[in-house]
Amino acid sequence: MSEIALPKIDSSILNRKSEIVKKLSKLTNIENVLSEADELRPYETDALSVYTQTPLAVVLPENTEEVSEILKYCHSENIKVVPRGAGTGLSGGALPLQDAILLGLGKFNKILEIDYENKCVVTQPGVTNLGITHAVQNKGFYYAPDPSSQLACSIGGNVAENSGGVHSLKYGTTTNNILGVQMVMMDGTICRFGGKSFDQEGYDLMGLICGSEGLLGVVTEVTVKILKTPEVVRAALIGFPSIKEGGDAASEIISSGIVPAGMEIMDKALIEATDNFSKAGYPRDAELLLIVELDGTESEVNELIKKVEEICKKNNCSSLKLSNSEKERLSFWAGRKAAFPACGAMAPDYYCMDGSIPRGKLAEALLEIKKLSEKYELPVANCFHAGDGNLHPLIMFDGNDKEQLRKTEEFGSEILKTCVRLGGVITGEHGVGIEKRELMCEMFNDNDIQQQLSIKKSLDEKNLLNPGKVYPILRKCAEEGRVHVHKNKDKFPDLPRF
Amino acid sequence: MSTKIKINSQIFQDSNNVYYPKDETEVSDLIRELYKQDSPTEIIGNNSKSFIGNKTQSANTTSLSKISGIIDYRPEELYIKVKACTPINEIEQVLSENNQELAFEPIDFGYIKEGKSNKGTIAGYLSCNYAGSRRFKVGSVRDHVLGFKGVNGKGDIIKSGGTVVKNVTGYDLSKLIAGSFGTLVALTEITLKVLPKKDSSKTVIIYPSNFEQIYDFFNKLSSSSSEISGAVFVPEQSKDKDFVTKKNSVFKFNDLKSNISFIAFRVEGDKISIEEKINNLKKELKLSNSDISTLDVYQSEPFWKKVNNLEVFEKTEHNLIRMVIPPANGSKLCKHLENNHNYFVDWCGSLFWIEVNSKKEEKIKDLKKMAKDFGGYLTVIKTSSEYDYGEAIFTVDKVRLMISEKVKQSFDPKRILNPGKMYRGV
Repeated sequence: MSEIALPKIDSSILNRKSEIVKKLSKLTNIENVLSEADELRPYETDALSVYTQTPLAVVLPENTEEVSEILKYCHSENIKVVPRGAGTGLSGGALPLQDAILLGLGKFNKILEIDYENKCVVTQPGVTNLGITHAVQNKGFYYAPDPSSQLACSIGGNVAENSGGVHSLKYGTTTNNILGVQMVMMDGTICRFGGKSFDQEGYDLMGLICGSEGLLGVVTEVTVKILKTPEVVRAALIGFPSIKEGGDAASEIISSGIVPAGMEIMDKALIEATDNFSKAGYPRDAELLLIVELDGTESEVNELIKKVEEICKKNNCSSLKLSNSEKERLSFWAGRKAAFPACGAMAPDYYCMDGSIPRGKLAEALLEIKKLSEKYELPVANCFHAGDGNLHPLIMFDGNDKEQLRKTEEFGSEILKTCVRLGGVITGEHGVGIEKRELMCEMFNDNDIQQQLSIKKSLDEKNLLNPGKVYPILRKCAEEGRVHVHKNKDKFPDLPRF
Repeated sequence: MSTKIKINSQIFQDSNNVYYPKDETEVSDLIRELYKQDSPTEIIGNNSKSFIGNKTQSANTTSLSKISGIIDYRPEELYIKVKACTPINEIEQVLSENNQELAFEPIDFGYIKEGKSNKGTIAGYLSCNYAGSRRFKVGSVRDHVLGFKGVNGKGDIIKSGGTVVKNVTGYDLSKLIAGSFGTLVALTEITLKVLPKKDSSKTVIIYPSNFEQIYDFFNKLSSSSSEISGAVFVPEQSKDKDFVTKKNSVFKFNDLKSNISFIAFRVEGDKISIEEKINNLKKELKLSNSDISTLDVYQSEPFWKKVNNLEVFEKTEHNLIRMVIPPANGSKLCKHLENNHNYFVDWCGSLFWIEVNSKKEEKIKDLKKMAKDFGGYLTVIKTSSEYDYGEAIFTVDKVRLMISEKVKQSFDPKRILNPGKMYRGV
């Protein structure tokens, strides 16, 4: 695997380790500070597990005041801090640094208030995404953004990454579904943006924090909006004889005025891989499979299903199946949700890419990826959040073969550059982290990056909070790693990845 | 002859010394020059909303009104990319031809300012971030911005975002620009998410008997799976006869009794699902046919236009307050406002438009305290001629002000763009 450039290690901090650990132990309970090698090991990486670093120490504060005191101390002593939620991020945003303390928010695991009248939940950041929905579903409510790792990922991490999910076309990503945050700045200042009402006045600092990948502050409380569960949810499973016809149908569904709750596309390679793996009953003769989910009232959903059927038939679909029960709907999704492990079963390693493109460019993108696959002689399977243009090609390779590894990295980088060329972006939902840092210059020029760095500097003058992430260290578009899974040993093998 | 320094002979300047750069490069050249000369400028578009906020402390005025026109509209991709000062009317017109719309429902501030429509430009909307009645369902202006280009206070052309919905590449500056009142960048290009128009709409009117009942209805409406896309409460108001007359004339519809307090909620969709949703909601709210009246699509559409035009406050000479609070505190606020102020409630109980008599600036202070206590905020949208700015236009706490100053510094270190428009020092 390629070496990755990290900020220069401050050896004076390494030399002061025992003094720092002692001080941290005074700022929180002593058992919340981990400094022995075996205690630090679980924190060496996040879900981009190909990169590992041992942190100076791990500190697990229990309340906002402790976070504030710890950050204040680190700020005054010039100690770097890497914040971490559940560690499920795919872009290395929580990769530790040897001379930094890792600030884990795992003990912030309580829901503080469920407020049905104001349709919101006030929660600590360590609560899982799905935990929020579980807390309110008995009254028929849910929290809309649903990243595939929702079983384990924390809401604080969702805020840091502006996580999306399958339903983001209709319901938006994290930034559209939170009302307020409490945050601690690097100098220890505790601040609150928003609350339980819509649209805070003045600069939208909550909007700035959301998706800032832990570079501007440490979120210690989140107020999320909850929605009423739709009355009816139905899905359609549609096979197409060609990429073009399937892509065109997906585009036409959107341009006809339908906003599906979710719309997913899988190519032939992935249909076969997932069907072998999960026996989902997908149409194996199809070149492209479309899953469309619609929600609303009964007559609304029936009407939309009818329209989707018409469009798909017009575009020569080869098969079309509608879910007639909740069980059947979930079975349609079973194969899609097994996409990543299915690829893991087909090759020793796979890389997961995460680019966004305009929906209408899907066929072009898939054909381009196919050509690249032939050029690099590496198989690739594609899944695509067709509703919002988010593409996840999975490149299969053998990591023990150095030449294959080099080619995979080059292949991946070319895919992301293709996304940008087609009018898209280098990351739709996994974040930049360390993974795509050097590709930022594919999208932004020096002025753009300088403006962003200038914001960072204004809120964290000493660049102590999560340094080395998001913005290029190497001033060139180097080809770095992607999500690399070896022998199907994903850091979180139980989490569906889509 | 202008007493000001000639900035750039290529940039058009009118007899009022207003600069009219015609493209992004000219905006950049102008601001770079002003930066060198430490000479701040007010930034305006079509001047439709420039009355909102403090008066800027600047010697120059820059109008971006010539930076107008649609760059790229992709109905199938659900986005439109426009030059920053493209009029809202022009955008709505072209979207309408493809049966699409700006779902955040732009408010027409022209009515309160001059008694007629003047929606202004998209840059103005983004800079204010004031969404209309559909906000609680679809999000605000900031939720519909996919990307922008603009010029910061140093004259650098910067961009953020793109044309795709899913994008987490770098800081989300589009959100930060929304509601920044032109104090961070002079916008030159904006990409917006657009959505399909709904086939039809109907509006159901309920006549509640007390404030508790109003908020019980609002709560039930926002808790229903049968989604609504607008809900207002218009109180009876008995003391101010002029206002009562105005209100009755604005809301004069065949199927609406505007002389008593009413709640109106809107259901949108295809005709069958509208009926289904209304029937569901009637059951959930325990309403019989005799309790309600219904505005068909021909009444429903103009009704919501009138709400979003703030027509009941047409040409107001008083202070007009926009207060947003969590809805659970709404009935308490209604009780306080009853017979003291002219007002109505939007966003299913969360947004209050309140008219405060010009001689009662103290009252604004009280309302601001109340907004804070309730967990919300208020903005003085329009000030009366007697307003002495003793009470700040915006609500901000010390910590947020400190961070805002830092953010301002990072975009505009010499405070060239709209200085003081929001807060002193920003």
